[in-house]
Amino acid sequence: MNPAIALKGVRKRYDAFALHDIDLELPTGQVMGLVGVNGAGKSTLLRLLMGLVRADGGEVEVLGQRLPQAQVAVKREIGYASDDMRLYRGQTLRWHMDFIRSIYPGWDEAYAQDLLKRFDLKPQQRLGGFSHGQRVKAMLLLIFARHPRLLLLDEPTTGLDPVARGEVLDALSDVLRDEERSVLFSSHNTADIEQIADSITFLHGGRIVASRDKESFLDRWRRILCRGECTDAIRNLPGMASVRNSAPLIELKTSAFDASTLPALQALGLAVDAVEPMSLEDIFVTTARGGHNA
Amino acid sequence: MYAQIVEQVVAKVMGGAWRAGTPLPSIRELAADCRVSVITVKRAYLELERAGVIVTRQGKGSFVADALDATRSLAAQEFETQLQGLLDAARTLGLGRRDIVSRVEQALDASPAHDEQHRRTPE
Repeated sequence: MNPAIALKGVRKRYDAFALHDIDLELPTGQVMGLVGVNGAGKSTLLRLLMGLVRADGGEVEVLGQRLPQAQVAVKREIGYASDDMRLYRGQTLRWHMDFIRSIYPGWDEAYAQDLLKRFDLKPQQRLGGFSHGQRVKAMLLLIFARHPRLLLLDEPTTGLDPVARGEVLDALSDVLRDEERSVLFSSHNTADIEQIADSITFLHGGRIVASRDKESFLDRWRRILCRGECTDAIRNLPGMASVRNSAPLIELKTSAFDASTLPALQALGLAVDAVEPMSLEDIFVTTARGGHNA
Repeated sequence: MYAQIVEQVVAKVMGGAWRAGTPLPSIRELAADCRVSVITVKRAYLELERAGVIVTRQGKGSFVADALDATRSLAAQEFETQLQGLLDAARTLGLGRRDIVSRVEQALDASPAHDEQHRRTPE
């Protein structure tokens, strides 16, 4: 089966920012989370995939078809949401639903009704009176009810209160039941990504610094507390992303933890006090700060 | 996160809510229901398979393993964990090999009911 997304050597340059040599593959049926600080290139990457901007070089394939050549056909099967999209303030949500329905034959009215209830939205209300959270949910409803094969969501949960976030994640989980459908979403909220993503891609400074399945990602990162002398030999161990010396304790963060890590530390004369798994957020911050490969 | 799924399945099997041969929800179903990623559930099922709690038949899905096997294997796992904990604690205390062995023997002698009790545990 074709991957949902395949990028090879993709480049895009703007005045003050560039995406460099992006190689990325999202297998069909998977959910991928894009993580990165503001300006890392997440939105640009999503826009490239939606065909909103054209790559300077490299190959962009979405749902087995090349962009920009096949962009009209591909866009029919993509659901794209970003914060800069606007709905008509003077029209009701029902009007928007009918509008989308008239364009996309795959519109699922029963599912739309279900989402209206779950998102607690009033179809007869004008969009101008919606809160930020309601507008985001309305936008997602208009996309989800089309059952697109690929969802490209730029920060879908940013600015939502915890209840609304739960509702959106719930609806996103519906997609997991279908192995033909794939999701690529960016978020500042690493907890959301940690929860429902199968794989995680870290973008930093326009480059991919890591792209791996989530479980192996979390498996390989560890925070290790030990005692002893802090030497350069420790810093040079494979995967060592952060070394903090607050004598007599040394805090290490490694991205390459395995059976050989602790013996290697002991061989350097360190006594290991504790080994702890790290949250995705901690991994993200450590990576961004250190500029190391995750 | 996969550890929570493992725990929940284990609890259901140990508690008798899921008997031997009970089919488990498909990976995608469970992922959607628990709002966790597909890969997390896959990982949990793999772990449960390794522990002998469930069996997976190609193309048919996963099922709770034969009751005796599952309970025994879980108990064996629990024993391993506790044993490791005991050794860790002993190391912290600086106890030597001989100290540990003699303390275990003392403990066994001091609680003759221990053997008895275990024999009476059902299943």
